[in-house]
Amino acid sequence: MTTGKIKVRFRDVSTNFGAVDVLQHVNIDVAEGEFLCIVGPSGCGKSTLLNIAGGFLQPTSGDVTIDGEPVTGPDRRRIFVFQERGVFPWLTVEDNIGFGLFDVSAEERKKRIDQYVSLVGLKGFERSYPRELSGGMKQRVEVARALAVNPDVLYLDEPFGALDSITRLQMRRELLRIWQAERKTVLFVTHDIEESVQLADRVVVISARPGRIRRVVDIDIPHPRDLSSRRYIELRDSIFAEIGLAHTV
Amino acid sequence: MSFRKWGLPFVGIATGLLAWQIAVWLNPTTLVPGPLAVALGIGELAVRGLLVKYVFASLFRVSWGYLGALLVAIPLGLFLGVFRRGEWTINPLLQVLRPISPLAWIPIAILWFGVGDVSAIFLIFLASLLPLTVATTNAVRNIDPVFLAAARNFDLPMRQRVVDVLIPAILPQLIVAMRIALGVAWLVVVAAEMIAVNSGLGFLIVDARNAGNRYDLVVAGMALIGIIGLGLDFLMRRLERLDSVRWGYAS
Repeated sequence: MTTGKIKVRFRDVSTNFGAVDVLQHVNIDVAEGEFLCIVGPSGCGKSTLLNIAGGFLQPTSGDVTIDGEPVTGPDRRRIFVFQERGVFPWLTVEDNIGFGLFDVSAEERKKRIDQYVSLVGLKGFERSYPRELSGGMKQRVEVARALAVNPDVLYLDEPFGALDSITRLQMRRELLRIWQAERKTVLFVTHDIEESVQLADRVVVISARPGRIRRVVDIDIPHPRDLSSRRYIELRDSIFAEIGLAHTV
Repeated sequence: MSFRKWGLPFVGIATGLLAWQIAVWLNPTTLVPGPLAVALGIGELAVRGLLVKYVFASLFRVSWGYLGALLVAIPLGLFLGVFRRGEWTINPLLQVLRPISPLAWIPIAILWFGVGDVSAIFLIFLASLLPLTVATTNAVRNIDPVFLAAARNFDLPMRQRVVDVLIPAILPQLIVAMRIALGVAWLVVVAAEMIAVNSGLGFLIVDARNAGNRYDLVVAGMALIGIIGLGLDFLMRRLERLDSVRWGYAS
């Protein structure tokens, strides 16, 4: 899926909030078209890292470049997907999806809305309001809203964290299907190790605060992934071990 | 159109009126007119052409004062909500003005605008302005930051950020504040009309007492104020059912 070209580059990114060191010397190169997961315990700074990449926060030192250009602020070529609460509750599904399309012709707008309504499987719900949708459907609306402006990078910050476990599995499958269809570079933050091994080309494991990269794990299993294969379990358990958790309850 | 929604309130009002009428029949008194006398009083006002004239006079003053307040308070509240420094500068002034009853402004209003519509409109404007401004400012403060971040991420131009995100995001709270402010405006118009003008429902009440102790007309004026106030509140409540604001209220 990747072209080998570097899309997003974190160069020695460190951040502190007051006296608290949040991130220390983070270096990551993300290839174009790559699906990269960032995992780590709560409060490790992984969300902060994503917000820096998205241009919502400035690092204390170091920088993030995209296609070689430093990130100075949010930009519609790189869309941040929040948990499903980022959907605008005052807009219908179609107006949410068309939200970023304010500078294209009405015709083009309609075409793109239709395209992404179908892609995320919300046909028949175009005129519905978010309050009439389930959590999973709202999350689809948000992904469609992001894709509709044709960004080249998607940032997802624990996007499925608020969903029930069955919906979460379905959403992962959907996201992989969309990623394979649209070939975006994806940076996906999660605290769910299983999720990261199911989705990612590579998993970046961040330590507890101050957040540092502990390890980068290549997930060399082709999609669709067999979740009971030996290799899957091996990789998953190695990440659990890295974080210091024996995989037992 | 269920019995619970429409029938029970009707039964409640009918019982109240009946009890009132019976009490007046059993204890003949000049202290309180009965509902029949009040109804006849309203009929008399209608025949004399005063009913429509006074109701419209009051509604006219409320409309202009209230609309003027909306036009000033919403932009001002948006500004104060967005720019913290503006709020720090202006908020103390608003907080000092807020506890002053609009009625305390009556002498100043008459001094500035004389006896007439403008004074009354000014008082209504003042009474609605402060609560609306404060509520708008707070509503902007309470916007979920995720919505603002999304608007920034899509590079929305400033004007569209206000029209497509800021205003819809505060609308549910704003409508509640508008409802409360309209209620206050309706309370104030009556008081203003008692002093500053010679028409309207407030004037009717004072005039009916002064010109011959017509307490049936006094209570008729009170009843009209209550009924119209209820109607205004009913109209404002309908706004809360708009599809684009229902998300803001617990269902």
